[in-house]
Parts: sequence; C-alpha cells; structure tokens
Amino acid sequence: MTDGHDYDYDQPEDAYRLEDRPAAARAVERRIAVYWGITTLAALSLAGVYLAGGQPQLEGLLLMIALGSLGLGLVVFARDLLPGSEQTGPRHEMASSEAERDATDEAFERGEMPFVRRSFLLRMLGLAGGALGFAAIFPINSLGPHPGDTLARTSWKKGSRLVTIDGKPVHVGDLSVDGVLTVFPEGATDDADAQTILINVGDAPQKIRPGRDTWSVQGHVAFSKVCTHAGCPVGLYRSTSHQLLCPCHQSTFDVLDECRPVFGPAARSLPQLALEVRDDGFLVAQHDYTEPVGPGYWNRP
Amino acid sequence: MIKLGRRKARSGSEPGKPAEAGTGDGSPIERVGHWVDDRLGVSKFTRSALDKIFPDHWSFMIGEIALYCFVILLATGSYLTFFFSASEKQVVYHGSYKPLQGVAMSDAYRSVVDISFKVRSGLVMRQIHHCAAVVFLAAIVVHLARVFFTGAFRRPREINWIIGVTLLLLAMANGFTGYSLPDDLLSGTGLRIAYSIVLSVPFVGSWLGYLLFGGRFPGTSIIERLFIIHVLFIPALIAVTLTAHMAILWHQKHTDFAGPGKSEDTIHGSRLWPQYAAKSAALFCFVAAVIAGLGGLAQINPIWIYGPYRAAAVSAGSQPDWYIGWLDGALRVMPPLEIRLFHHTIANPFFPGVVMPGITFALLYAWPFLEQRFSKDKAPHNLLDRPRDRPLRTAFGVSTITFYFVLFMAAGTDVFASTFGLSFQSLLVVFQFSLIIAPPLFGWLTWRLLKELSTQRAHPIQQPVGGRIVRTASGGYEVVGGEADGDGPAGGSALTPAGPAPGPDPASGRDPGPTPEPEPAGAATDTADAERAAAEPAGAAADRTPGSP
Repeated sequence: MTDGHDYDYDQPEDAYRLEDRPAAARAVERRIAVYWGITTLAALSLAGVYLAGGQPQLEGLLLMIALGSLGLGLVVFARDLLPGSEQTGPRHEMASSEAERDATDEAFERGEMPFVRRSFLLRMLGLAGGALGFAAIFPINSLGPHPGDTLARTSWKKGSRLVTIDGKPVHVGDLSVDGVLTVFPEGATDDADAQTILINVGDAPQKIRPGRDTWSVQGHVAFSKVCTHAGCPVGLYRSTSHQLLCPCHQSTFDVLDECRPVFGPAARSLPQLALEVRDDGFLVAQHDYTEPVGPGYWNRP
Repeated sequence: MIKLGRRKARSGSEPGKPAEAGTGDGSPIERVGHWVDDRLGVSKFTRSALDKIFPDHWSFMIGEIALYCFVILLATGSYLTFFFSASEKQVVYHGSYKPLQGVAMSDAYRSVVDISFKVRSGLVMRQIHHCAAVVFLAAIVVHLARVFFTGAFRRPREINWIIGVTLLLLAMANGFTGYSLPDDLLSGTGLRIAYSIVLSVPFVGSWLGYLLFGGRFPGTSIIERLFIIHVLFIPALIAVTLTAHMAILWHQKHTDFAGPGKSEDTIHGSRLWPQYAAKSAALFCFVAAVIAGLGGLAQINPIWIYGPYRAAAVSAGSQPDWYIGWLDGALRVMPPLEIRLFHHTIANPFFPGVVMPGITFALLYAWPFLEQRFSKDKAPHNLLDRPRDRPLRTAFGVSTITFYFVLFMAAGTDVFASTFGLSFQSLLVVFQFSLIIAPPLFGWLTWRLLKELSTQRAHPIQQPVGGRIVRTASGGYEVVGGEADGDGPAGGSALTPAGPAPGPDPASGRDPGPTPEPEPAGAATDTADAERAAAEPAGAAADRTPGSP
C-alpha cells in the first residue's frame, strides 16, 4: 500500500457530534447502555431457552432482538459519540509510471529472453506441459462409468412382470377404467428410468400406429413415466381428457394418441411399453422399450 | 467491540486525541500492537488502513450485506456439517416426527429431519443458513445492478466486475448444491432436471452426466459429491474470490457519486476507524438480526413435508429457490424444439438450460468491454453516473431485468394457475409473448423517459441553480448565494417543509444539515460543473451507440 498519507490532506477538525453538548452526550450514553442491556438480556434468555430444551421461534426472535439492539447501540454510538467528520483524500492513478514499467519489463526480460532465444526449448516445454495436463485428465474418468448404450436400455425384459413400487405384481383386473398405476419391472423397482405408468383407458378410441396394435391389453396401455423433456415423473393423469401432465414444466401428453406431446416444452412422445397378459392373469412386458426413455442426449439412437 | 468500548471510555476525557504511541504505556491493545509491530512492522499499514476514507451512500452497503451473509453462511454451515450425514444409504426412520415413522429414506434425508427436530437449536440454524443463502444471492444481484446502472464497472474497475460476476456464478452454484443436499423430494426433482440438462450437452453430455452422478441417475454417490462441493470446493473459491474482490476495492478506492466536494482525483467520506467500522459492524448486526428473525419465525424448505426423494414421485408446484427460478422458467417457456442432425440429437433443455445461461454470463462478463467499444469511452472513472444520465445503458439494463423477471415469473406458471384459477396453458403463452414484447417495450419506455428528463431544466448537476439550499430554523428551505433563477424550482424563495422541497443535495443523497460546508458554495458547484463538462463528450457518445433510434 502506498496510499498511507491520506491523513495529511488538509482535513477538518475531528469532532463528534455531541462534543459541545455534554448533557446530550450523557443522555445518548444512557440510551446506548439500554440498547446493549437489551442485547445482554436477550442473549441470556437465548441461553436459557436452549437450556430449557430449545424452541426455534423463540430462539430466532431472541437472536434478532439481541443483534438488532447491539446494532442500534453501535449506530447511535457512531453517529453521536465517535469522531466522524467528512474527510477528503487523494486518489492515485492506477497505472505505474513509465519508468517503473520499463524497469519491470527489463527485470522480466532477463528471464524471458533466454527462453525466447531458444524457441525450440520453449516449444518442448509447452509440449511437456501439455502432455502432463493430458495425462492428468484421465483420473477424472474414474468418477463414473462410460455410458455406452446404457441410456438406451432399461431393466424391462421379455416377460418381466409389472410390479408396484412395493414389488406387488399387477393383475389384469386390478385397475379400474381411468385408473393409473406406477409400475416397475419385477426385481428392478430401484431402476429410476424403468418407471412406467400403466393406464386403463377402457374402450376409449385410441389412435394406434401399425405394429403397435398388439401392445395394449384390454384397454391397458403403459408408457414410460420419465418425461421426454427434462426427466421428471409424468405423474398427473386427467382422465376426462386422457392426458398425462408433467408437474415440473407442464408438458402434456395425449394418452389416446400414443402419448404424443400436445403442450409444453416436450418434443417427443413418451415411449410405449408393449404389454401382454400371462395365462395366470398377470401383466408382463413383451420386451424392453423400443426407444430410449427420458430426455434426449447427443448419441440418442 | 472491545476496541470500541475503550474509545468510548477515553473520548469522555480527551476526545479525538489518539494516545501517544511508543513506550510501555498505552492501552493493552496498543501494547499488543507494539509487540506485533516489533516483529512484523505493520504500523504503517495499520495507520493507513485506519485512516482509509470510504464514501457514504446507502447503495454502497449492498455488497457489504452480501459479505455479511457469507459470514453468517460460514458460521451456520459449519455447525450444520457436524450433524449432516452425506450418505445415500437407505435407512428406516424411527425418530420423533410421527408422519415419517417407518418410512424408508436415505441417511442424508434422515439426518436433515433430525437436525430439524432432534438437534437442539438445529432447526433455527438450518433455517438461518437457508435464509442467509437466499438473502446472499439477492444482495449480490442488487449489488450487481447498482454497479451496472451507476457505471461503476468502467475503467479501472473491469477486473473487479469480472470477479464479481464470478462470485454470482459461484454463489448460485453453492445455493443449488446446498439445497440439493437434504435428498428430499423437491430437491431430488431439481437434481433430475439438472442431470437432464447435463445430458443435453452436445458430444459429451451423457459422459459428463455419468461422471457427475457416478453412473446413471440417480446413482448412489451424488449426495456425497455435492456435499464436498458445497462445503469445501465452492466456499473456498468464494472466499478467495471475495478476498480478491475486496483487496482490489481497497486498492482502487471506492467510486462515489458526483456532488459538492467530490472530484475524480479525490475521495471524500468518513474514515474506516472508527466511524465507518462502527457503522459497518452495526450493519452486520442488522443483517444478522433480520436473517435470525426470518430463520426463527418464517418456515423455509420444510423437507419433512416434501418427503424423501423417490424417483417415481413428484409433487405439483415444484419451484426451486428464487435465484434458480429464471432457469426453471426458461425451461418452461421453451417451445418444443429438438434438433435431430446426422443421427445425433440436440435435446430441448440444451437451449434454455445451457445456451441461454451461457449467453447471459458471457454478456455479463463482456459488458464493460462492450460498452467501452460502443461508447469509445476508455478513460478512467472514479465518479459514478446517475442512471438517468445514461439513457441507453439504463434502458438496456431495464430491458435485461425485464427479460429475467418474465422468466422468473414463468417458473411459477402452475402456482399462478392454481392460485388464481387460470388455465396454465394460456398463462404460459402470455409469458412466452411477454418474453419477446416486454423487454424491448420497457427498455424503450425507459429510454424515452430519460431522454425526456434530460431536456428538463431541473437537473441538479447539469444545470445547478446556483447557490445552496439550507434548512432554516423554522424547518423550511431557502436558497442562499448564486444568482436566483426566476423559473427554477428553488427560485430564491423559501419553501415550507410541506411544499415540494427540491431535496437538500440530490446528487450525493445526503443532507448537509444545518452546519454550512467549509468551502464556499460557488466553488463547489463550479467544480462539479467542470467535472461534468469534462465527462460530457464521453457521455454523449455513449448515448449515440448503434441501436439508438
């Protein structure tokens, strides 16, 4: 710091506001003492509240009173009893003098020039540094596995029974018309991307693409519950309009039209899970989803 | 505090006189100081530090509020680390909170429920911590706006602007990682969205996502990782960056508004010791008091109501903390666009979640240089602009704030819809259109308004009425000195307090009080006038930048 001489700048006399009014100063002293007395009392009460078992609202309130009162005392103290006349001091130009700069450049050049003259060595040094940096990137790889094509698959397999989050298999008669149920493949209720929403649309007319006509069972259709926008669970079903709504960003999907997005930021339909019913009446998947579930990513096939 | 107490005790007998430095006697603190000075030689620096002058203006305190929030965050956060368990191990809850009895949850969530209900004074600490984070971000954003609108970022302070924008980024990141730690349903949903945004990055998205989460979402390590990021990496970065921010401020000295007694080459205000230090300590007390009151009396983030995170569950009305709202709103208003090119996908969240914030921060970082380029004003500035004197910059700022405010409001589409019984579809469309129409509209209105204002005669800096306004003993205002301007607002006549008082000193925002200024009034206004004239060509150029009609 070179600005150590601010105090030499022709300053007005340092005086506090109540300098010439001793009676007023004494009154202010008393006032400040009261403020800091309140702080003391509130702080002690705070300790008492803690010892008595604690009470969050009271703790916050007492802390507020203690700190606020401390601050009030300080402010009044600063205003009335501390010297605080307005001062003026110089500012300095930030840039150093030309001579100072030249001297610095010169000092730097005594180390810089040997490198510049040996440009081959300089390049070798750069290469060596680059190689070290390159080698240092690899340990980052240990932070997680390579995704490969794992994002394109879920735990659903041919014949996986549909089970609830508690592992209870779902029977074809379990779900009344307009009922919805979140299901997982049996044995993989912890696979977040396998979450599927099973809906019984009854005999409402559905638009079905060729090839998907065998994917539903007695009005039961199943779609990935992972929103194709940002991955939230598409959990709200409006049975009157047969629409699934994502509570995060309000993407809306038309269940009767293979969950085509009809509103909001989602750009793709929710993938459909092909269902069939086993002889014992339990619902199973025909196979995994035929496309990756959830939000898009660069290598999405 | 001890020091202040001593000063007070002494000021009773011999006010304002510093004690003789030197030999054995002197206060205990001074004796310790001498002991340290014998070994480190710090007296010269200490003296200059105690005498350091800081200009007084309320708007210079906003950054200080942020600083004090950080102090509160460190203190309460340190306490919370003793009780938080950064583990996703599944446990079953058997604590005192009945509704969660027997519920399976991660140990992280269990520990936060325990902090809230079992640890004595845990809940108030947790809520103070969260409130302090909310105020921290608010103070940073308002401080940024103050620096922007007053032109405090201009040369030589571009470096500190860059550091400040970095602090905003770091604070946002630490806020997000912090509120994600409890592993509750709301924050888990936020993490899922963050993961989807990472996935959407071209080329490396899925790889990045797997590295960050240790595999496919949700994985088992994200809470541990967020914890170390939240309590060590980012706070350390903030501490270092904040130190640099303040060291540069100290070295360059604070900017100030133009006004009597102010100039580009001088600094005017109160000394650090004791006036400024005492006021600043008081400000800390007030900030801490307000946040403590909020922490005790206002519920924030009641994670026991949300429940533990389960991938298949979500609650309606999921909103992030306020400073992430603009990103959430951007995700909502984005049209359903997904680009499919050469067997590759650029997913929808990439645009609102990566490109938009990327542009935002790139513009923030580049602003001082962009403005320099357009205004051709490369001169150093220590005196601040009043926002109304820079119509174009102020209009741009207003229009930017409008843009982000619309995004922020859009994040509450579902809440507005259910609260006011509106259709969320039409609301979202309204927000989409507002986002396009409102920023230019408000920008243009601001620009018109300021242009209009600049043609008014009642401009205390450009056209000083001459003379000073003093308060009379009866409480009225009167203009003394200078030639009375017949149609000016002050007009040489005394004004009653009830009348439209022009204000004591609008430029500095301070009431000079009944005591007259030491220097003659004419000289002061002349100086300000000369300053103004010198600054004028640059300012005029600033208003003629491209884009101005």
